[in-house]
Amino acid sequence: MATTPNPPIKTNRIGLAVIDYRGGKSTLCAGCGHNAISERIIDAFYEMGIEPEQVAKLSGIGCSSKSPAYFLGRSHSFNSVHGRMPSIATGAAVANHKMLHIGVSGDGDTASIGMGQFAHLMRRNLPMIYIIEDNGVYGLTKGQFSATADVGSKLRSGIVNELPAIDTCALAIELGATFVARSFSGDKKQLLTLLKAAIAHNGTVLLDVISPCVTFNDHEGSTKSYKFTKDHEEMLQEISFVPAFEEIDVEYEPGSGIEITLHDGSKMRLSKLEEDYDPTHRITALKRLAEAREKSEVLTGLFYVDPERPSFTDLLNLVEQPLAALPQETTRPAKSVLDEVMEEYR
Amino acid sequence: MVSSGIAVGQGADSSHDREPVVNNFSIQVATVNGSGSQSANSVLMRAIFRMGVPVSGKNLFPSNIAGLPTWFTIRVSKDGYVARKRVSELLIAMNPESAAEDVHALKAGAVVVFDEPLKLESLRDDLVFYSVPFDKLVGPLAPEPKLKKLLRNMIYVGVMAHLLSLEMAEVEAAIGKQFSGKKRATEVNVAAARAGYEFAAANLSRSRFRVERMNENANKIIIDGNAAGALGALFAGVTVVSWYPITPSSSLIESLIEYLKKYRVDADGRASFAVVQAEDEMAAVGMVLGASWAGARAMTSTSGPGISLMAEMAGLGYYAEIPAVIWDVQRAGPSTGLPTRTAQGDLLSTAFLSHGDTRHPMLLPASVEECFEFGMAAFDLAERLQTPVFVLSDLDIGMNHWVSDPFQYPAAALDRGKVLSKQDLERAGSFMRSFARYADVDGDGIGYRTLPGNGHPNAAWFARGSGHNEKAQYSERPEDYVNNLDRLKRKWETARGLVPAPVAERKTPGAKIGIIAYGSSHWAVVESLDQLDVGQISADYLRLRAYPFSAAVNDFVAAHERVYVIDQNRDAQMMQLIKLDIAAAEVVKLRSVCYYTGHPLDARFVTESIVSQEQK
Repeated sequence: MATTPNPPIKTNRIGLAVIDYRGGKSTLCAGCGHNAISERIIDAFYEMGIEPEQVAKLSGIGCSSKSPAYFLGRSHSFNSVHGRMPSIATGAAVANHKMLHIGVSGDGDTASIGMGQFAHLMRRNLPMIYIIEDNGVYGLTKGQFSATADVGSKLRSGIVNELPAIDTCALAIELGATFVARSFSGDKKQLLTLLKAAIAHNGTVLLDVISPCVTFNDHEGSTKSYKFTKDHEEMLQEISFVPAFEEIDVEYEPGSGIEITLHDGSKMRLSKLEEDYDPTHRITALKRLAEAREKSEVLTGLFYVDPERPSFTDLLNLVEQPLAALPQETTRPAKSVLDEVMEEYR
Repeated sequence: MVSSGIAVGQGADSSHDREPVVNNFSIQVATVNGSGSQSANSVLMRAIFRMGVPVSGKNLFPSNIAGLPTWFTIRVSKDGYVARKRVSELLIAMNPESAAEDVHALKAGAVVVFDEPLKLESLRDDLVFYSVPFDKLVGPLAPEPKLKKLLRNMIYVGVMAHLLSLEMAEVEAAIGKQFSGKKRATEVNVAAARAGYEFAAANLSRSRFRVERMNENANKIIIDGNAAGALGALFAGVTVVSWYPITPSSSLIESLIEYLKKYRVDADGRASFAVVQAEDEMAAVGMVLGASWAGARAMTSTSGPGISLMAEMAGLGYYAEIPAVIWDVQRAGPSTGLPTRTAQGDLLSTAFLSHGDTRHPMLLPASVEECFEFGMAAFDLAERLQTPVFVLSDLDIGMNHWVSDPFQYPAAALDRGKVLSKQDLERAGSFMRSFARYADVDGDGIGYRTLPGNGHPNAAWFARGSGHNEKAQYSERPEDYVNNLDRLKRKWETARGLVPAPVAERKTPGAKIGIIAYGSSHWAVVESLDQLDVGQISADYLRLRAYPFSAAVNDFVAAHERVYVIDQNRDAQMMQLIKLDIAAAEVVKLRSVCYYTGHPLDARFVTESIVSQEQK
């Protein structure tokens, strides 16, 4: 053969290339943390070999909520209204419990206008990945503080935030989410690993990702800037992840960490743990998050996981076929049923 | 033998007041809320129903768990009138708080059955009083005070059976129905009714008001509109229900849950439905939109305050074009208003709910039968039109007892609207190959949609409330925005022909006056037409069953000199909607009859209002 063959396109376990997981071109600012998160979502779904047509994307309103347009272009998506993504997601997940649901929200969308729905989604342990792209400010309305802004954080105009930040992770643990983690848009490895593990989890994944706003909140005095986050990031543990479909037995030194088996059989390995940290223990997690706040640490890692608690759709005890796909023969009772009911009213 | 203070009905004695009245009167039962009189009232109503006589029951109750006065009226009408009557001919006075006022409201010649210690007989001398020693009668029936309190009510049923010449066999059959399957409950209640009957038979003369057997109820049912609406949803194949409790809508969903548990769980105990009690009405409608977007048949039910909270989502559903079925069992407003009182006050706010240019189809059931039918049709319409569809019932239809023909099993298959499958998208040569979510392929303003999980790589589209082009891509281009809004308007025109058409309930040759009404007002209007006939005023009647209107509404106004629009709200909301829709020259013909007391509309009000406007 005289010609050199093109190098084969790299594909995943279902034969798709990375490009099959891409979306439209981002219209967010260059350097926005949200774009890096979109990239990691693309990588995670590609590496996990998830069929993009079987993923549904949900979002509310804000810069973060625009981002589902920039990844997984072959997935259906619903960009809803401000703070109400959780209810849309709940309806969608209940209607089709066979699909994988990923929601993207922001700190304003979640911790202010959407706090009620956020709380109840966490409480239900709805099977979905809920990502907060957390930059401490409202971007689309030009830089007002959000409710995750830390006390003492300063806007470019010099205004200082005097109210305590809402810790969405602590809240999520308190309310019933079963996979709660915080990461940083600049930490490719940790974020990707957490996302892959999130895909393997059955239940609500709350992933709060510090994602600096380069336009409104990346200056000196901000506690959500790239510099501040890098300087103050404290990693709770090192996380490695082996998906269920990779039958690799990794040998670990005994006592070097904790192994957690997720719903689909995938395994997470947490190593270099802080002494006595047990991520399956709520009180430990809440205590550590409170300490992090006192010490002004940006604590990242997997705070809490419970792979056993039934998800909301488990509790509904649904038929196998998605409700959305049920035929009339299943959903409309026979005439004899109407006759029976009419008789009861005679 | 227990003896009563007054041996027989005493009081009125003019001959006019002694003429027998057969199958044409109203009974008002005045009790204390929470005393458990509902069962007794239902039994009394059902016993009359079982005697084949047209009957209706209305509960006027306070926003309260226990303690405040409550009234239940049972209307017996050989002519089949079922609207509320303003004044009753018989009063059962069980509530010391309201007794005096209730007695004073009666017309001369009326009958009062009262609890002996209330000593009402001295209040007026133009009424017939029957004193009943309830405490003495209930004593031997049960030892428990709580049960005694309940059984007191069943005693008045027995007393009434004697006074009205009701057949005790039918009373006992009605008790059996009321406590179906509960042997002990049936037995003690039958014993209570008998105790009342025997006491009355021995001590009281029969009243001049009598029930005589007719044959008007063969095969009929007694049901409330909320249960009927729930059955509509069941037979529409609803799969996702999300709701937030609110009076007077809660019983619709609670009935639906019972039916779903009974008829939609498979042999393995798996449910072909999901019911989610949401954190508020915003979340309830959000879940409905999420589920409908995913392809489920989803619904919620609420009342006015919930509709207000759903405003933003309603606009999203309209603009992203997502089906939704939303029941509004209306109550008196504003704000938290009178939660246990009826009204038709949400018409305007619902028709244009949300911000920007929005319009929503509304179905307006007038009967329990239509609650069932529209409860089904709403899903077909929502999916056909890909938009939220509202069903506006009210407390009167929703929570009161109505006699009805049995509901008909739907003849047509479910209409799931324009949904493309993976196979559709693969079909060569079809427009579907280049799927564009919001393209008006058929010219009816309705695009084709795909559902998440379709499986085809080109099936995905991006649902959003913000500006979009035909391919559902983000767009702020003026021409895209205008195209979209204009197409939505075409869809609205399509809806005119799809929603239930108005019904010409009465056509009189040469009638110069027209009446337009909708919903629960229908029953008062039917009766009022007969009253107007007596007064030599002949009127035609068009009953609206949905918004948007068909051309028939304009034609009806055009065909008459004056048209009275009947509303159960202060601001003539239906008349305002009609004004927006009909030809400008016709608008001046519209007049309005507005009723807004919180009580169901009565015929006399309609008649008096029209007569007085005709005299001007």
